[in-house]
Amino acid sequence: MWRDALLMAGKDLRVEARSRVAIGQVAPFAVIVLVLFAFALDPSRGILVKAAAGLFWVAVLFSALLTVQRSFAIEAADGARDGLRLSGLDPAGIFLGKALAVAAELFVLEIVLGAGVVVLYNAPIHGYLLLLATCVVATVGMASAGTIYGGLAVGLRVRETLLPLLTLPVLAPVLLAATEASQAALDGVPGQGVAWLRLLGVFAAIYLTFGVLAFGSLLEES
Amino acid sequence: MALLAGFPALAGADLEVSAGEVVLLRGANGAGKSTVLRVCAGLAEVASGEAVVLGCDLRADRRAVRRRVGLLGHETFLYDDLSVADNVRFAVRAAAGDVNAVKPALARLGLDGRLARLDVGRLSAGQRRRVALAVLAARRPQLWLLDEPHAGLDAEARDLLEGLIAETVGSGATVVMASHEVDRAHALANRTLTVAGGVIYAGARPAAEPLHVA
Amino acid sequence: MTRTALLSRFLGVATLLAVIAAVIQGLVIMGPTIEQHEYSRLLVVHPPLAAVTFVAFGVTALASLLYLIPRTRRREWDQLAGASAEIGVVLCALTLVTGSIWGRPTWGVWWTWDARITTEALLLALFLGYLALRRIPSDVEVRSRRCAIAALIAAADMPVVHYATSWWQTLHQANFRLLQPDKQLDPPQLLGMMLGFLAVVLLYGWLLIHRFQVEQLEERLDREGLAQALTERRAEGLMPPVPAEAGSR
Repeated sequence: MWRDALLMAGKDLRVEARSRVAIGQVAPFAVIVLVLFAFALDPSRGILVKAAAGLFWVAVLFSALLTVQRSFAIEAADGARDGLRLSGLDPAGIFLGKALAVAAELFVLEIVLGAGVVVLYNAPIHGYLLLLATCVVATVGMASAGTIYGGLAVGLRVRETLLPLLTLPVLAPVLLAATEASQAALDGVPGQGVAWLRLLGVFAAIYLTFGVLAFGSLLEES
Repeated sequence: MALLAGFPALAGADLEVSAGEVVLLRGANGAGKSTVLRVCAGLAEVASGEAVVLGCDLRADRRAVRRRVGLLGHETFLYDDLSVADNVRFAVRAAAGDVNAVKPALARLGLDGRLARLDVGRLSAGQRRRVALAVLAARRPQLWLLDEPHAGLDAEARDLLEGLIAETVGSGATVVMASHEVDRAHALANRTLTVAGGVIYAGARPAAEPLHVA
Repeated sequence: MTRTALLSRFLGVATLLAVIAAVIQGLVIMGPTIEQHEYSRLLVVHPPLAAVTFVAFGVTALASLLYLIPRTRRREWDQLAGASAEIGVVLCALTLVTGSIWGRPTWGVWWTWDARITTEALLLALFLGYLALRRIPSDVEVRSRRCAIAALIAAADMPVVHYATSWWQTLHQANFRLLQPDKQLDPPQLLGMMLGFLAVVLLYGWLLIHRFQVEQLEERLDREGLAQALTERRAEGLMPPVPAEAGSR
């Protein structure tokens, strides 16, 4: 399983390196979202700085949707399921590999977005350790849940509209917890954020397990 | 019987193939030829009846057989953003095959040198089919399932294809091919069967090697 | 009359009686309270609806699990899951609407972000996603498995949602208004709420049986259509359907 996962992740990341979609398209999209927030909320009244943590995570969430869509779009438009099944790879390995690749891409995006928030919203950064931990755990959770739903929707014609509908409600608590944890870090009270971090960890654990167990079943269709 | 979204694609098909044979499936479009191949690849579910391929019971576990068969279908399952060589290498490693077989396979199909480094997305449809063939050649599965293999290939590639088939059968593999190219394919095949209305006609021969789909 | 029909009839009558009783209690016997005037009558419907929504979701999740486990796999579980989800989504929507109607005159807001109602809102989204999946045309077994997995994934999310929203509420308590006042309920109100619970539970059960039966009928229709399709498919062939005699079966 692990060998297959690394093979799959390596392939996905190599495709990304060649096509540069995450860097070239999703990252600019995410930054544009940050800019749009600034248009929607009056920058002069300090709302942006106060809401910076939440806005950051909303932008990450939308980027995650795009990243997952892309992850499954590269598996050849039609016959994607067939391709994955015929490859001979262990489905659990396929899941882990894809989730790993998505998580890696998201992590890079978060660094870009973090810089964006600091620059565009003049948000000061404190509590680096908690912020980093939050990013890692939340990203793993988002990547796992997203990859499960991506696998569920792969090959369906209504994939583009179905994926957000299915994934966002499930990721809502991740948004909540990540925002609270980040806010605690920024406010200089990292102790409060640890409980949220634990919740994020539980979420990630649940969905990683689910993915490993259920992905094979999801791919199996005629 | 094999169902395709509730539609009976195969409605009572009997098939027995022995090792080292080349079987040609003929039939009109929509007759069920592709479905027979998909069932043998362990992709399509068999709703009723018996199905044993390469010793694996497909009704018990469809997944086990997939590493040992190679399906050349209408889609190529190649990654547009990766090079030819990368694609073949990935497919071989995924199937736990021998990576050393990649270079010779590419050379065999005229895909070495500059072409090997080209992204698959830039290739023509015919060239992409060649790459798919290279994947088969490199993976060396025991059962080759070819769906319209001649389609989209130029004359040179067709010769390569036939050479490959001959070679692989010579080394003990089995080939089941669905084709409209009656003349060329007929020459290659030991046996010709017709598929119509989800049923296979022109009956069976008792098999030495267990490879039958009922 | 068959046993199921008898049960369904009995349940239907019981539901009707319970609903009537609840309505009488709620509209006639229960007096308007000082703080909430007539709107306190919503106590009879809102909490029961909220609770039974969770029950419906639980039934969907449990039935999905039973469907996925090979040893207990039966078509009935998937049909039950689908039926419960459809009723659940309606109950969920009604919960949110009644909550909104209650909240507006009482606290001046159409919506409040307390843990329970937020969870219900997310639950609505999860239900809608599940139902969207069910509508995608595919082979019945395939669709059932896909939906069952989706239901379980959504169910796994619920504890996380619960904790997240509860902690959220305690952190930002000053700005939230809890939808249910903590004060004690006097006997007529308590009775009203109990009758409401009874009525909604019975209503759910009755609707579930009927919706479940409709699912079963639909599948039977498809299956019989299949036999027909099989015959027509074979007729497409060049020769009359007399498959190889020498072949094994």
